[in-house]
Parts: sequence; structure tokens; C-alpha cells
Amino acid sequence: MKKPDVASLLKIFGPMLGLLAIYVFFLIVGPSSFASGRNLETILRQTAIVGTAALGMTMVIISGGIDLSVGSLVALSTVVIALLLESIGLNAAPAALAGIGIGALCGVLTGVLIVGLRVAPFIITLGMMLFVRGLAKGLAGEQKVDAPLSSLNHLLATLRPEQKWMLLPMGVWLMILCAFFIAGMLRYTRLGRHIFAIGSNAETARLCGVAVGRVKVIVYAFSGAFAGLAGLMQFSRLTVGDPTVAVGLELDVIAAVVIGGGSLSGGEGTILGTMVGALIMSVIRSGCSQMGLPNWVQEIVTAAIIVIAVALDRLRHRRMA
Amino acid sequence: MAAGGEARLVMRGVSKAFGATRALRDVSLDVQGGEVSALVGENGAGKSTLMKVLSGAIKADKGTIELEGRAYRPGNPLQARREGVAMIYQELSLAEHLTVEENIVLGVEPTRFGLLRRQEIRRKTREVLRHFEHPEIRPDVKVGQLSTAARQLVEIARALAGECKVLILDEPTSSLTQRDIQTLFALIERLKEQGLAIIYISHFLEEVKQIADRVVVLRDGATVGERERAELETNDIITLMVGRELEELYPRSPRRPGETILSLRGLSGQTKPIDVDLELRRGEVLGIAGLVGAGRTELMRAIFGLDSVQHGEVKIGTYSGPASPWRRWRQGAGYLSENRKDEGLAVSLSIADNVTLSRLPRLISPSRQAKASRRWIDRLGIRCQEPYQPVADLSGGNQQKVAFARLLYHDVDVWLLDEPTRGIDVAAKAVIYRLIDELTCGDTERAPRAVLMVSSYLPELLGICDRIAIMCRGRLGPARPVVELSEHQLMCEAVG
Repeated sequence: MKKPDVASLLKIFGPMLGLLAIYVFFLIVGPSSFASGRNLETILRQTAIVGTAALGMTMVIISGGIDLSVGSLVALSTVVIALLLESIGLNAAPAALAGIGIGALCGVLTGVLIVGLRVAPFIITLGMMLFVRGLAKGLAGEQKVDAPLSSLNHLLATLRPEQKWMLLPMGVWLMILCAFFIAGMLRYTRLGRHIFAIGSNAETARLCGVAVGRVKVIVYAFSGAFAGLAGLMQFSRLTVGDPTVAVGLELDVIAAVVIGGGSLSGGEGTILGTMVGALIMSVIRSGCSQMGLPNWVQEIVTAAIIVIAVALDRLRHRRMA
Repeated sequence: MAAGGEARLVMRGVSKAFGATRALRDVSLDVQGGEVSALVGENGAGKSTLMKVLSGAIKADKGTIELEGRAYRPGNPLQARREGVAMIYQELSLAEHLTVEENIVLGVEPTRFGLLRRQEIRRKTREVLRHFEHPEIRPDVKVGQLSTAARQLVEIARALAGECKVLILDEPTSSLTQRDIQTLFALIERLKEQGLAIIYISHFLEEVKQIADRVVVLRDGATVGERERAELETNDIITLMVGRELEELYPRSPRRPGETILSLRGLSGQTKPIDVDLELRRGEVLGIAGLVGAGRTELMRAIFGLDSVQHGEVKIGTYSGPASPWRRWRQGAGYLSENRKDEGLAVSLSIADNVTLSRLPRLISPSRQAKASRRWIDRLGIRCQEPYQPVADLSGGNQQKVAFARLLYHDVDVWLLDEPTRGIDVAAKAVIYRLIDELTCGDTERAPRAVLMVSSYLPELLGICDRIAIMCRGRLGPARPVVELSEHQLMCEAVG
């Protein structure tokens, strides 16, 4: 961009400034433990699950859709991974891939249903949310699935002294890598431009020869796959497959996208913004709990942040118009 | 002058600036009761800004407005409406899920103890609707079920439900059929007789000549001329609007029709078109005339693979097989939609994205994308700051040029243009006419292209087409050379 104006600068740096302000706030009022590097690592580890799932959700929201099945997919993924490790004795890597794969597969199904039946994404993914949750419970026999310890459990674990050179746990690196990949995809590939075009105006996209249906299926497949990956990270923390985990997670994920500047009417959103949005929620959680504030305070603060973020975004829009 | 005495509305020295842009410069305007004052000017001339000031949507920086001799400074549109100034916007603002009467009293519902007074509402609605002889409009019909024309009348009815003294109509006919336009004009005449002051904004000078008692021309935010009905002349008005003589609005260089590039054989869609045959050759502009709803847009959509084809064949070049927009672009055909906002452009995306959307490489370099679109921005004279700017920022005429730039960028051979100059100013029209002429002439580097063009504006079709075919009730007549046709004849056959 040649001459970025105030509005577009605000769009890019607004959420970041918010994150910085909240972080500095807790540095000042919070206990000294909040400032430690170790705490920073903890915050990042806690962000990984929501952040990873939010990558796919960003794509979905930019395309003008919504995916409510993310939380259930996380649970299904943990169950599938645990079952494969435990009863079939599969190695860690193939089990992990299967977890991601089952997510992608469900995502494809979501996409095909949305495109084929021409029903609103909200309805289809609401159905998928219940369907996948049921599937996870059925597969797990309505209880937690134990799994043998494997290398997967280190994915989001605190770094051991001999691993210090990694700076951050593998899972966090994985999220950062994926974030770069998706951000680049959105900006530098035809698929990325097509996703924006569909979200901005699906009729125009169709007129310009964009395969609207195919792009939508791809988008939901990505969302499913990232939910599967988030499930892998969830499994790594739990060490068991739990069909009742991550209930309502999709709302945190959507909140991350929205705080980061994503518009639920489509055509807008950035990966950087989404990552910042996810971090904002983690920082609030961490700050509040270290200050000894009860859970309900965190929730109210997060609620305020979501509304303020979106209100500011609307205000920016009105300025532009 | 109809109603003598002092003016109903007097504006003096009204100015308004947006940042560095001076949208209105010292505008003065007198509007009489019982008179239709037409306001014409190019897009960006300041018509909309002036009317927004009048209707309370924005505040002027300087100047005074008097309504019936009293100072008038509305803070918002509702206040303006209470004072008796109502505006009918181009985009209608009715609640589709509510009924006609609910819409008419919306915001001013008569209530008693917080409960709606249904009898009173019904009485009020009937009172207003007695001006309107329209079969579709009944108080209890949902607005969503009405045609565009009927909705517009409801909107006017809503304005009249308040104590309306000045009625502002912004491009009221842009989406109406000829018959509906006449109904509207009859209504305007009646309202005029009742002493209402009407401000009529339009691009269609023929309409203005028909309905206006006075024409005020705006250019670059200032009034540049005023003409009484008796002294109205189209050329004179156009000259005032653009500030220079428009010698050749419709250029026509010598064209040499070449091989057939698009041919239709018995093409039928779901309901329209019906059994259409057509041959379009390189180096010609073929116009399709007809009424709104005759099936012209459906024909274009069927050709382009946007609507399904039931019978018949579309052949582009040597290709005749299954159709989809993607295939059509690849075969060298491009479609310009009649509906710029809902279909033609993704207005929240940038100019660059909109121009290049139909032909993106797998991997994109944003700077190359911008460079490619900058070429067409310069060529078409699109007024913008940079290629990354959202299309929504641009005026109507410039948006339409962006839609054209897409076809230029894609470098298509078959140009399917649906109402290419709807709702844009004369200067932008001139650019587009010249472009169409250049395309069909070809040059040393490029073979002449073929243009198939739908338009409801007959002078334009007669001006730039080589042949014209008339569409009526889904069927397309034979394409005849333009020299054999006249406006009168085209209109007669279109309504037949």
C-alpha cells in the first residue's frame, strides 16, 4: 500500500494496541509472576488450541460463513486419537494425522451439505455440532478413553531444561507456522482472493467464474482440519480422549476472529488480527487468575472486550463511509 | 409559473466541504409550490449532497435555507420529514416483511396507551392511497410481494402520509418500465396540482423534459444554469452539465464486420428467453431493445451460463458445449451485469481485486495486480486514489468503469453488456461509448471485438449500434440495420 490512511492503519494495529494495553495493564496491577517469561510461555500454550482452530474459522468467516461444529470436532479428534493409540496400538504420528483427517472429513461433509442443500451455514454447522458430539460420545462409549503416553503429550507441555533452545513448545510453533501459511495463502494465492470475493459478494464471484461451491467446501475442510489439529493439542494436554471436552469452544474461536477485525457479514478478517484476538483472551484469563480474581470476573472482562472491539470496528467503518 | 407568490423553499449560499473536496459551493435554489423543479448534473456534481442537506442527512457548513419563509435547519431526516420535506431515495427503504399500511405509518404510528390504533391506521392509509390507482397496492399486502414500481409508489405514499410540502425524488425511474414511468408521471402531475413542491433528480434528460417545469443544472458543486420548460433543449443542458460541447456523444468509426463469433440456435431458458436465434460478428455492436421484463437480462445470463439453458445451443467461436461463467471467460466472453451493486462488483473489495478477479494467477503478487489495474484506471479515467481503494468509495460512474476494466483486463472478444450506462453521468457515458467504438474497430494489434448490448435507453442504442433486435415477451425479433430504425418504431414494437 502506498499511502495507508488512518482507518486502515487502525484496522491493522487496533487489535494489537488493545493487546498491548491489556498486557501492560496487568504488568502494572498484576503480581510480579505475571511479568515472567515463563508466564508468557504459559499464555502462548493456552492460546494454542483456540488459536489453531481460529485459523480455519477466520477463513470461514471471511467467506461469509460460520462454523459452530469446531468444539465438537476437537472432542472427536481427541477420542479418535486416543482410540487409535490404545486399541489399535498405532504410532503417534499416524494417530495424530487421523485426528486431523477426521476433522477435515467432517469439514468436507459440512461444506458439501451447505453447498448441496443451499441451507445457511449456521443451521448446517449447528447440526454438525450435535452430530459430531454424538459421534464422539458413541465412539468413546460415553466415557473418557485412556491412551498410553506417547510423544504427542509433549506437544503443549512446559519445556524441559534440555529443550530450552526451542523457546516455545512444539504445539505453539505449529500454530505459528500454520498461521504464516494461511496468512500467505489468503494474500498471495488465487484461492485466498476467491475466499474474500465470495464473502464480499458471492454473486460477483460467480459471475467472474469463481467455483463458489468448491471454494466453500475447501474452506470448511480447512476449518475441520484445524479443529482436528486443535483436538490433537487438546489431547496432548489431557492425555486422554474426552468426548465431553471443548463444549462451547467454537464461541471462543469466533470471538478471537471477531476481536481481530473479522466481520460476520464476510469479506473481512486477517490471520494476524485473529491471532491477536486469541492472545487478548488468554492474557485476560492469565492476568485475572494471577491476580486471584474469580472466574466470573474474567468472563465479564472478556465479554466487555468483545463488544468494545466490535463497536470500535463499526465506528471505523462509519468513518470510512 | 403555477403557484404565484414567494417560493416554497429558498436556499441561499449553501456550501459544504468534505475534507479538501468542496462538494457544494455557494448554491442558491428556489423551489416553488405546485411546480416540478428538476435537478440535473453529472455524478459527483453535488446533487446528492445538496439533497442530503435538504433532507437533514448532513449539515451544511454555510448558508441558509428557508421553508415557507421560516428558517429551516433539520438535524436529521425524521425532523426534516416532520417539517414537511420528504426524500425518496434511489434505493428504496421499505420493510419488506411489513404490510403497505404498516410501512406507511412506520415511525409515526398512531397509538393510544401504547397500543396501535388499527382503525386510524387504515383510515390514514386509505386517505393517502386514494391518489394511487394501482391494482397491486392494498393496505394489507406485504411490501415484499410488490413489484419495484409499486414499492416506489408506497414509498411516495409514506412521504405523503406526513404533512409533505416538498417531495424530493432521486432517480425515481432508473428501475421502472416505460408504463410504470407514465403512471409515476401522472401521479407527479396530480401532486403538483395539489400544490406540492417537487424536486426531481434524474440522468434521463428526455424524462426531465417531459415532467419538469424548470431545470437547474449543477456542476462541480455549483449551480451553472437554470432553464424554464419552454426553453429546454437537450444539447444546451448537456453542454451546461459537462461544461463543454459534447460534439460526438456517440462516436462511430468505420467498422468492418468479420466472422461470426457468437451464435444462438433456438435458445430457451426456464421461462425466458424463448427460442432465440442470433448471430453476432466481430466488429459490430448489436443492440437488444425491449421493455424491462421482456427477458433481455435472462438472455444474457443464459448465454453466459449464469442461468440454465433448457433447449437450444450457444456457440462461442468454435465451442458449443456445457456452459458456466468460468468456461465463458476462458472462451473469451465477458459479462457486465445490469446490477452493479448486487452482482457486478464486490464493493467492499479493492479496485485491483475487482478488476482482476476473473483471471487471477494461482499465485498472486499484490503489486503486479495493482500495476495491471492501474493501467485500466488510467485508460478509463477512473477517479480514485489508488488501486487498493475499496470500490465502495467510488461514484456510480467510476464503479461502472471498474466493471468495464474487468472485461478489458481479461481481454475478452465477446462483450455482453447489460445496461452498461445505467445510472451514470454523461461524461462517464461518453467514455464508455468511445470505448465500445474502439473495441469494435480493432487496431493493428488486436482484432475487432464483438459487442452484444442490452439497453432501455433507445437514443443510446440508435447511437452506437450497427444492428438492433427487439425483445418482446421472451422472444427476440430479427436484428436489423440501425439505419432502418427509428426510436418511435422501436418503442412501438417493444410494447407490441
